[in-house]
Amino acid sequence: MNVNYMLSFIIVLALCLLSYLGGEAPGLRYLFGIAIPYLAIVIFIFGFISRVMGWARSAVPFRIPTTCGQQKSLPWIKPNRIDNPFSKSAVILRMILEIVCFRSLFRNTRMAFKNTKTGMRIAYDWEIFLWVAALAFHYTFLVVLLRHLRFFFDPVPFCIQILEFFDGFLKIEFLSNVIQVGLPGIYISGVILLAAVTFLFLRRIFSPKVRYISLPADFFPLFLIMGIAITGIMMRYFTKVDIVGIKEFTMGLVSFSPALPEGVGGLFYVHIFLVSVLLAYFPSSKLMHLGGIFLSPTRNMTADTRATRHVNPWNHPVKVHTYEQYEDEFREKMIEAGLPVEKKE
Amino acid sequence: MADDLPKADDLLNKIDHNNSPPTSWMDTPVNIRKGMYCYASSPKSVKYLGLPNARPWNPLDDDWKLPDNWKEIVFEGLKERLDKFRSFKVFMDICVRCGACADKCHFFIGTGDPKNMPVLRAELLRSVYRNDFTKAGNLLGKIAGARPMTLDVLKEWWYYFFQCTECRRCSVFCPYGIDTAEITIMAREILNLLGLNIDWIATPVANCYRTGNHLGIQPHAFKDMLDFFVEDIEEITGVNCEPQYNKKGADILFITPSGDVFADPGTYTAMGYLLLFQYLKEKYGFDVTWSTYGSEGGNFGFFTSHETMKRLNSKMYAEAKRLGVKWILGGECGHMWRVINQYMDTMNGPADFLEEPVSPITGTRFENAKSTKMVHIAEFTADLIKHNKLELDPVRNDNVIATFHDSCNPARGMGMLDEPRFVLQNVCNNFHEMPPGTIREQTFCCGSGSGLNAGENMELRMAGGLPRANAVKYVHEKYGVNMLTCVCAIDRAVFPPLMEYWVPEVDVSGLHELVGNALIMQGEKKRTTDLRFEPLPGMEDEIDE
Amino acid sequence: MALAELIEQKKKAIINKWYEHVVATYPSDTARFLKKENDQFANPVGTTTMHSLDAVFEGLLNGADIETLSSDLDPVIRIRAVQDFTPSKAVSFIFLLKNVVRECLAKEISKHKNKKEIEKELDVFYTKVDGLCLIGFDIYMKCREQLLSFQANHIKDRTYRLLKKADLLSEVPEVGAENISPNV
Repeated sequence: MNVNYMLSFIIVLALCLLSYLGGEAPGLRYLFGIAIPYLAIVIFIFGFISRVMGWARSAVPFRIPTTCGQQKSLPWIKPNRIDNPFSKSAVILRMILEIVCFRSLFRNTRMAFKNTKTGMRIAYDWEIFLWVAALAFHYTFLVVLLRHLRFFFDPVPFCIQILEFFDGFLKIEFLSNVIQVGLPGIYISGVILLAAVTFLFLRRIFSPKVRYISLPADFFPLFLIMGIAITGIMMRYFTKVDIVGIKEFTMGLVSFSPALPEGVGGLFYVHIFLVSVLLAYFPSSKLMHLGGIFLSPTRNMTADTRATRHVNPWNHPVKVHTYEQYEDEFREKMIEAGLPVEKKE
Repeated sequence: MADDLPKADDLLNKIDHNNSPPTSWMDTPVNIRKGMYCYASSPKSVKYLGLPNARPWNPLDDDWKLPDNWKEIVFEGLKERLDKFRSFKVFMDICVRCGACADKCHFFIGTGDPKNMPVLRAELLRSVYRNDFTKAGNLLGKIAGARPMTLDVLKEWWYYFFQCTECRRCSVFCPYGIDTAEITIMAREILNLLGLNIDWIATPVANCYRTGNHLGIQPHAFKDMLDFFVEDIEEITGVNCEPQYNKKGADILFITPSGDVFADPGTYTAMGYLLLFQYLKEKYGFDVTWSTYGSEGGNFGFFTSHETMKRLNSKMYAEAKRLGVKWILGGECGHMWRVINQYMDTMNGPADFLEEPVSPITGTRFENAKSTKMVHIAEFTADLIKHNKLELDPVRNDNVIATFHDSCNPARGMGMLDEPRFVLQNVCNNFHEMPPGTIREQTFCCGSGSGLNAGENMELRMAGGLPRANAVKYVHEKYGVNMLTCVCAIDRAVFPPLMEYWVPEVDVSGLHELVGNALIMQGEKKRTTDLRFEPLPGMEDEIDE
Repeated sequence: MALAELIEQKKKAIINKWYEHVVATYPSDTARFLKKENDQFANPVGTTTMHSLDAVFEGLLNGADIETLSSDLDPVIRIRAVQDFTPSKAVSFIFLLKNVVRECLAKEISKHKNKKEIEKELDVFYTKVDGLCLIGFDIYMKCREQLLSFQANHIKDRTYRLLKKADLLSEVPEVGAENISPNV
C-alpha cells in the first residue's frame, strides 16, 4: 500500500463526502454553493497572478537556451531553426510547438535496437503513451472547460455551440439506443478526459521509476480531476440534473447576484466544491506549470547569444587577477624565456 | 546437500544489506562511497580565491567543520539565488514529476542509483525549497514533498550534486525545459558558501586564477611545452612552426584549454593547431598569437559559482584588449564553449574593443559571433575547407576509422554539430556515426565532465561513461571503429581510461589532430608517421629501414 | 546426458530466472527499469547483463573452455565492478545459477525415471558453476586492478610530458638500445 496515493485518495474522498453533506444540509448550501466558489475564484486569480509575478520579478541574468539542433553559423550549414532558434519568431514557433504539441515530451519516442531471436534488429519503439495521454488529457480538459462556458453566457456564444457540436458529433450513438432511450449524446471529451486521467494515475502506480518519484502532491490533483469528471458525467447522463436550474445559478454567480439553485442534489455540490478546491489549490501547486512553461529560460530564449549581447541586470563586479599582477609575479621567468613583457624591470 | 542450497540466498543477503529496497527516497540516508566521490577541496586553494570556510575536511568524517550558522547561510543562499535567477525559481516550482527525464541520465543508467534520476536529484534541493519558501511545504511537510535542512540532507546534496556533470541531456526531454545543470550549478554555489567544494575543481580554479591555466603552468613552462611540440613536428614533417606568444598587434588571439598543451592525447591536437597556423601563416600571412596569461580556455570556475566563472573568464577579453587583437579564436573544448557562447559577453562584455570576426583568408564574416567576437576553431576550419583553402591528404588518416562524440556543451549549449563532422569527413576517409539517440543533441556524456575528471572517483566515471562507451562499442563491433574523435579537452583526458575499460581497441583523438595529419605543409618532407610517431598506412616498412 | 536434455527444454526459463536474480541485486526501482527497458543504448546494464548470462550459460552447457567462459562472463562482472557492490555481492549471482537450475527443473527431476543419474550430473554441473565463480572472481579482481591503475596513472598521465620536458624525469636507458636502433 502506497501511503502517497492513499493519502491523496482519502483526502479527496473526504472532500466529496463533506460537500455532499453540505449540499444536502440546507444550512450549508450557501457556503458550498456560493461562498466557497467565490473564494476559490479569488484565490485562483490572485494566486496565479502573484505566482507569475513572482517568477517575473526574478532576473534573467544569462541567456541559457537548451540547444536541441544545429546552430546558425556558416551560411552553407543548414541550421535547425526551431530547436536552435536564432530569432524571436523562431522562439515563438518553438514555444508554440512546445506548448501545443508537447514537443520535448515527444522526444521520448525513439528508435530502439530490439534483441530478437534473429539477432539485433532496429525497431521504432514508440514510448509514446505518456505523450499521447498527456495530450489527450490537456486537450480534453480544455474542451470540457470551454464547453462549460455555456453556463456562463446567455446566449451561448456561437463558437461554443460549434465546439459542442463537434464534441457531441463523436457521440456514441448505440449507447443512447441500447442503454437508455433519450440519453443525451455523449461528449467524447469527458470520456477521454477520464480515461487519460486514469492512465496517468495508473502510470504513477505501475511504472516503478515514476512511482518512486511521485509525491502525494502528484496524486492529489489526479484524484481531484477524476472526481470532477466522474461527478460531471454522473449528473449529465445518470442523475439528469436540472440544467436550466444550474444555468440560472451560474448566471447568478457571474452577474454577482447569486441565488441557490433548487433541487440540484448533493452531487452538484460535490462537483462544484471539487472544482473550487482545484482552483484554490492550483496556484500553490505544480499545476502552475501552466504559467511556468512560458517563462522557462531554456526554451523561451533565443540561441543567438554570440550575435547579440544579453544584459545581466545585476552583473556584479568581481575581483580579478590582472595581467599586471601576473607579470609582476612571473616577470623574470618570462624575460628569461624570451616572452614579451610590459615592464622590462 | 542439495537441500541446503536455498540457504545460499540467505547467506548472500547477509553479506550485504545495502541494497534492501529503500522505503522512500527521503528516508534513504546517503551512503558516501569510496570511488564515487572526489576528495575535499584543499584549504590552500579555497583561501587563495578568498572563498569561504577554508579548512581541511574529509567527506567520510561525521564532522564537516561547518560554520555554526550554516543553515542560515544555506537559507540566505537559496533566497538570493531565487531572486537572481528566474531559471532556478521556475524550475523549483513547475516540475510535475512526469518521469520523462528519469532514465535519460548517464549516471542513473550506469550506476543504477535511483537518486541519480534527474528529477530526484532536483528534488533533493526542491524538498528543502518547499520547506523554507512555500506555505504548503511549510504547513504540510512531507505530504507536500518538503523536508527541513539537516546535516544528512546537506551531505546528500554534496554527494549527488557532485555526481552530475551538468550535461543537460535531461533538459532536452523535459516538457518544461527544466535543466538539471542549472539546479546543480545553484546547489554547488550554495555548497561553496560553506566551503564544500571538491579539490579537483578548487585547485585548478586557484591555479587558473594565478597562472592563467588549470594546471598551474608558469609562463615559461607553457612556452617550453609548445616548443617541445615544435621539435616533434619538425621531426615528423620537417616543417618548423613558429608560434607567437603574447604578441601585441597580432590579428587574432588563440585560446585553448591547457589540457591540450599537457595531457596526451590532447597534445596531438595542440600539434594540429600549430601545423594549421603555420600553414596559414606561410600561405596567407595569418597572424595569430598564443597567450600565457590567457592560457586556459576551460573554466572550472563554471563548476564553482557564477562569480568564480566570471573571475576566470575575464582574462580572455582582458588579454585580447591588452594585445590589441581583432578577434579571438577558441580551441576545442566543451564547457569552455558553453561559457563563451552563453555567458562571456554578458559577464565580461561588451567587447567593443574587438572587431566583428572575419576570416582573413576566406573573407567569411562570422555573423553568429559578431557580438562576442570569438569563433570556434571547428567553425573556422570548416570555412577554410569549404573554400578549398587547405590542401589535405585524408589518406594519411586511413588507418583511422573514426566516430564522432558530440561533447555535451557544444551540443546542448551551443548546437555545434555539423561543423566538426564536416571537418572530420574532409580529413578522414572512414567515418561512422554512433546510433541515433546517442549523438548530436541526445549525446551521452563522457561521465567525467563538470570537474569530475579526478582519479579517486574512477568507479563513478566508469559507470557514468558506460552509456557512451556502449555506443562506441557498437560501432566498433559493427564497423571496426578504432578512433573516438571529439572536440573537448576533458573528453580527451577521460576517454582513454574509459575506452581501455569498456572498449580497449578504441583510441581517442581531437579533431585537429586528424587535420594536422592530413594537412599538406609547404616544403614538408615525406611523412612516414602521424603526429603520434605511429607509422602512416603503407609506411610501416619505411620506418624500419 | 539426461540433465542436458532437461536443461535444453527449460533453457529460456532458466536464463530468465537467473537474470531476474541478478537484477534483484539492484534497488527495486532500478531493477524494474533494467527489466523493462530493452533498448541496448538506453539500458546498457540490463542488455549487457542479459547477453552475458545467455552466453555464459550456453558455454557451460557446451563445455566451453575457460577462455571462452571468461570472455563471456567479463561484460557483466565488468559492470558490477564499478557499481555499488561489495566484492562478494558482485560475483555472488553466479552461485545463484545452482538454485535456479534446481528450481526450474524440480518437477522434471522428481518425475524422471533415472533420478540417480540426474543427481550425479547435477553435481558435476554444480562443480562447473563453482569453477565459473572462481573465474568471475578473477575477472572482478582484474577490473579492480585496472581501476586502481587508472587512479595511479591519473596524475602522471596529465603531467608526464611536462616532467619529461623539465628534465625532472630520468628514465633508465634501454640496455643495448643503440645496437637495435633502426637507423644504425
